[in-house]
Amino acid sequence: MAEYQTYPYDVLVIGAGGAGLRAAIEAASTGLRVGVVCKSLLGKAHTVMAEGGVAAALANVDDRDNWRVHFADTMRGGQYLNNWRMAELHAKEAPARVNELEAWGALFDRTKDGRILQRNFGGHRYPRLAHVGDRTGLEMIRTLQDHGIHSGMEVHMECTVLSLLVDSGRVAGAFGYDREKGHFILWPAKAVVLATGGIGRAFKITSNSWEYTGDGHALAYRAGAELLDMEFVQFHPTGMVWPISVRGILVTEGVRGEGGVLRNSENRRFMFDDIPDLYKTQTADNEAEGWRYTQGDKNARRPPELLTRDHVARCINREVKAGRGSPHGGVFLDIAWIKEHIPNSAEHIKRKLPSMYHQFKQLAEIDITKEPMEVGPTTHYMMGGIRVNGDSQMSTLPGLFAAGEVAAGLHGANRLGGNSLSDLIVFGKRAGEYAADFAKANAPASVDKAQIQSAADEALAPFERGAQGENPYAIQHQLQESMQELVGIVRTEGEMQRALDVIDALWKRAAKAGVPSHRQYNNGWHTSMDLKNLLTVSEAITRAALLRKESRGAQFREDYPDKDPAWGKYNNVVRRGGSGEMIVESRPVTPIPDDLKAIIEEMK
Amino acid sequence: MAGTSSSKALPGQALFRIWRGDATGGGFQDYKTAIDPGMVVLDAVHRIQAEQAPDLAVRWNCKAGKCGSCSAEINGMPKLMCMTRLGELNLDMPVIVEPMHAFPSIRDLVTDVSWNFRVKKTIRKFQPRQPDENDGTWRMQQVDVDRVQEFRKCIECFLCQDVCHVLRDHHKHDEFIGPRFFVYAAALEMHPLDTADRVPALRKKHGIGYCNITTCCRQVCPESITITENAIIPLKERVVDEYFDPLKKLFHIL
Repeated sequence: MAEYQTYPYDVLVIGAGGAGLRAAIEAASTGLRVGVVCKSLLGKAHTVMAEGGVAAALANVDDRDNWRVHFADTMRGGQYLNNWRMAELHAKEAPARVNELEAWGALFDRTKDGRILQRNFGGHRYPRLAHVGDRTGLEMIRTLQDHGIHSGMEVHMECTVLSLLVDSGRVAGAFGYDREKGHFILWPAKAVVLATGGIGRAFKITSNSWEYTGDGHALAYRAGAELLDMEFVQFHPTGMVWPISVRGILVTEGVRGEGGVLRNSENRRFMFDDIPDLYKTQTADNEAEGWRYTQGDKNARRPPELLTRDHVARCINREVKAGRGSPHGGVFLDIAWIKEHIPNSAEHIKRKLPSMYHQFKQLAEIDITKEPMEVGPTTHYMMGGIRVNGDSQMSTLPGLFAAGEVAAGLHGANRLGGNSLSDLIVFGKRAGEYAADFAKANAPASVDKAQIQSAADEALAPFERGAQGENPYAIQHQLQESMQELVGIVRTEGEMQRALDVIDALWKRAAKAGVPSHRQYNNGWHTSMDLKNLLTVSEAITRAALLRKESRGAQFREDYPDKDPAWGKYNNVVRRGGSGEMIVESRPVTPIPDDLKAIIEEMK
Repeated sequence: MAGTSSSKALPGQALFRIWRGDATGGGFQDYKTAIDPGMVVLDAVHRIQAEQAPDLAVRWNCKAGKCGSCSAEINGMPKLMCMTRLGELNLDMPVIVEPMHAFPSIRDLVTDVSWNFRVKKTIRKFQPRQPDENDGTWRMQQVDVDRVQEFRKCIECFLCQDVCHVLRDHHKHDEFIGPRFFVYAAALEMHPLDTADRVPALRKKHGIGYCNITTCCRQVCPESITITENAIIPLKERVVDEYFDPLKKLFHIL
């Protein structure tokens, strides 16, 4: 029998980014025993990298904003595949959650009358993003961390969960290991909240940190929960493209919110050339109007650079393919040009976008106050994830909850910038609250020793194969190359079928992965454990994308380039079949109630 | 990455001298690896890991200078591996990469920084004044928020702790919280809404008196926080005002 330490909890939260910490704070406030497991050190989770802001209809900058506008914007951005209940709750509750952060010590940038300042962002009708320069995620995670450590939660840093334990149809806890020592740990729990973030590391070019290996998606899938909308992977339009080693690092949408413009090699603002019908009435048709919008003119319409991310990313892709790209295969993003309008613009840019200034100066030797940046699409966000109840965030497996990026529904086919930070705190709180309720209402589940033993055996197998086994890094790199090339921003049937063949071959190689040496902080071993999760989510993305024979939101199919109204009525669901096979099926979208439908119509 | 790098014409190779070992001891090992333009030290470490030393232990996360995980000592200087370009180093010499010295070794480049997380818990938490408005919100001016925002840029890389001689050389971990947590305490003390008093603790259990303002911490901060002048000195002044003001002393006696 494998040796392990045991830490029982009422509520176990897996993941310590914004959603996990918010869930843990909420659950701990009920007096229950709450444990938090995180792969990194506390406060290092991917939330730290969020830049632009947190979307909430506070109406501090434009008093025409309210939850109804935010709801309609979110649904439009998601091409109406969203879980309407989540979109409604999110729009209604985000302002209270943002104000709560301030009560816990967060310091947002201020308006002249001393309230929380809000900025423009793609797809949001009014300035809506509360922010701190371009480091909003850091402010948020630090606030939650510093508040959370006094709330009674226990944190297990640098631990990886290998599997969720199931007992007669409900979750019973989790089993994993601590990365520093390599010891196994059992966390029995009455309720489990997954808040593990996204899947960006399945792709080669990504803005995501190493942790984003789809752990929560894969853990839930293997435990029998359903996944939803897995075909919708957001490619952020602006990642760094040069130097190669920093390719993919995010360049915040805030650059465009502050007046930055996109140009091709012919110096043309190509975004004016292609404005989708859904957004025509809201988009400026000349440069002067676009500039006025970014400077707060309430009568101006937004510049086309602030259209939704899926669209901007495709336009950039098109310019590059047509040979009008920048020297290193991107396009130009220019904020320096605002010197035509703003005196002392260099100082202004450094104050509004300090991290961007720093990032380009240090990594690319470019001064963004003087010259344009080169940018191109980068894998950024997973709209798809665990299918949850909109109110409680409980998955289809009783006792298993999910919040944040790992949960699906709020964003539909495409997420608006700023809606993920608000997602974390709105649904993190809800998941924590309902998980606590579940833990109070249910007796402890029993832990099946056989499940633990099989997880432990599987985890130790790479050491038996040793250095003669397959190199886990090489398998991971090949998967990333293949997903980038075959299931990326432009998709076709043939390429995705090839991707499935590659994934199949990589599953076989992953089963033979080997690592030398011992269990103590062994990155090679950690990588070999990540492979199973990366392969599971890659397969789910590919199969869901194959099934959806249309282009909508983040999914662009070259072989089906148009939106198909028939497909607008379905979400794709991925689940594990009885003999371990992956099943993908389309389910009708839950009908929107009339009052919410009326809001959408009114805002069109 | 391995395949593509060896098939392309490369500008060259560089030699990396990396410390390998654990709490029981260790030593330097040399690795030669191919380098590309624009590469940072963390890229080279990753390439060595993927091609030559799969069990080489390195802690990293965002690789964008935002999370503060990949702190190390590069050619003797405390730095983030992800923000140190090879172009700024002399590649005619081996690039020496070591773990931080002020914390116990776990393995290779990874150190046990858990002490920092325990220290943070000992500092009194944020305690806001009553809300200014009936809706539970406050009003603050940007100018009042600015100076605290500087402190809140901290990414908790602990390089300032690593370089502080009170911790690094004198091992006063039980009596002294280190520059990171003076910045943290300053952010709370100068927060426009905060009402808690941390001055007595700063003097006694947080040991601010040990700092003799050599500014080493400020010089290594990757976020360019003016640690010594903007955080530590004002806190020292508060301690002096509270405990060493002659008039106040007299007042206390009377």
